[in-house]
Amino acid sequence: MLNNSLSRFAIVSIGIIFVWIVLFAFLPQLLVFIASFLTKGSQQMIEFEGNLENYTRLADPIYLKIFWDSFVLALITALLCLVIAYPFAAILARTSVQWRPILLILIIIPFWTSSLVRTYALIAIIKTKGLLNALLLWLGIISAPLELMYTETAVFIGMVYTLLPFMILPLFASIEKIDPRLLEAAGDLGAGFWNKLVKITIPLTMPGIIAGFMLVFLPALGMFYIPDLLGGAKNLIIGSFIRNQFLTFRDWPFGSAASMLLTFLMLALVAVYYRSQKVVESKDSA
Amino acid sequence: MKTIKASYALIIYFLLYLPIGILIIYSFNASKYSTEWKGFTLDWYDKLLQNDSLIEAAMNSLTIALFSSLIATAIGTLGAVALYRYTFYGKKFLQSMIYILIVSPEIVMGISLLMLFAATTLPLGFWTLLIAHITLCVPFVIVTVATRLAGFDKSIIEAAKDLGAEEFTTFYAIILPNILPAVIAGFLLSFTLSLDDVIISFFVTGPSYEILPIKIYSMVRLGVKPEINALCTIMFVFTIIVVLLSQFLLKERQK
Repeated sequence: MLNNSLSRFAIVSIGIIFVWIVLFAFLPQLLVFIASFLTKGSQQMIEFEGNLENYTRLADPIYLKIFWDSFVLALITALLCLVIAYPFAAILARTSVQWRPILLILIIIPFWTSSLVRTYALIAIIKTKGLLNALLLWLGIISAPLELMYTETAVFIGMVYTLLPFMILPLFASIEKIDPRLLEAAGDLGAGFWNKLVKITIPLTMPGIIAGFMLVFLPALGMFYIPDLLGGAKNLIIGSFIRNQFLTFRDWPFGSAASMLLTFLMLALVAVYYRSQKVVESKDSA
Repeated sequence: MKTIKASYALIIYFLLYLPIGILIIYSFNASKYSTEWKGFTLDWYDKLLQNDSLIEAAMNSLTIALFSSLIATAIGTLGAVALYRYTFYGKKFLQSMIYILIVSPEIVMGISLLMLFAATTLPLGFWTLLIAHITLCVPFVIVTVATRLAGFDKSIIEAAKDLGAEEFTTFYAIILPNILPAVIAGFLLSFTLSLDDVIISFFVTGPSYEILPIKIYSMVRLGVKPEINALCTIMFVFTIIVVLLSQFLLKERQK
């Protein structure tokens, strides 16, 4: 595993991280992989009878719908975050330099508190007798309280609220890097707001857009407590599905197969992301 | 245009802080169920202090967060420096695993560790939580420290070597002081990751050792209790103090 020339200190520091990752990251994942080919036992948790049954079961339309619904939920969450965060990051990136660190810290501070607690606070706002309805009724905008809790809207509000900073920060970093002279030059040449946005700002910030998209999309894909608390778990999504297989139905092999499928989906997305980053980089250097 | 921009930014900030503000206000509200303001009270803080299981869960969470972030910071810092300085067989494998761990949905890590603990018949509780949280945090420490190392002047290490410094001395006297801000940042990140984790803990926790997020999760599902507001307010103030303190310390160091 190691070169002979390495000192004892090097061997120890490499050894610790290597053993830790192999024992607690690689080995567990390998167990899941193996279990996904086994069968649920009547007496024991897992019976050693290898087959592909768990994967063929996943191909059932009921389960494919769960994967599809989760995919759509994560996708819409990421898109909503992008639309909300992009103008915000652009505004932030054009504030004076001395204010920027403070403005950034102010975004991160709420996320130093428990996400569960914040989700719980959201319930207080959007529930039928909550603050939002009280305000809207008082303003006379609505005549009957909105029934937001346990709807898709509530789930999206919760997901976007929790994941928004993961979109803002990479967008901010990439927008900040744009040379303002480029936009000035485009303006001098007669480009309007939309032309500058579509032809200069968006293409130049593509790495930030993609990075933010991944940082929101991937956690959204495996999330279960926000949809559970705000959506009332009406639509099953992958996260809740895997959890149920493990903790409720005790069908670990089937849950493992679902987890493997989720892992492969994620790896495929990361591969696409890598390629797109490379394309952007090669365009940059060209 | 300027006012539109400023108000858009202000609205986003307002919305980010609104839920936390509401929680804090409700924690002083005399009314238990309605959203109406029924007068100032400290009753919920009093109730909280009498709620032993909630206090215990909070203490357990802090204990796990402290130990796991300390150990993760040590492992991650040594690991990041090793990945930066040495070439060895399996380096690519290690780097890919770290990358995969960062992008994996937490639930994948949760169930895989549950499976490992079940296979080794390790009882779910303190130790399983500790292992899981360290595993969650180590990749983030490595990435944080690696970013700092990327800007490190390698010739300093060469100079130390030429002057006869041992590997450990080089690490301790040369590298560590230079990357200290990143190490502290990695520690703070780990601490908050551990304190906030719901998904992984959900799978590897046992009845013998209850931690706060899991406790709150079960409480919220059963119904809202104002003590939670009080507890969250205390935790929010606590995190703000830790954050401000660390910012202050980092600034002092840079001077």
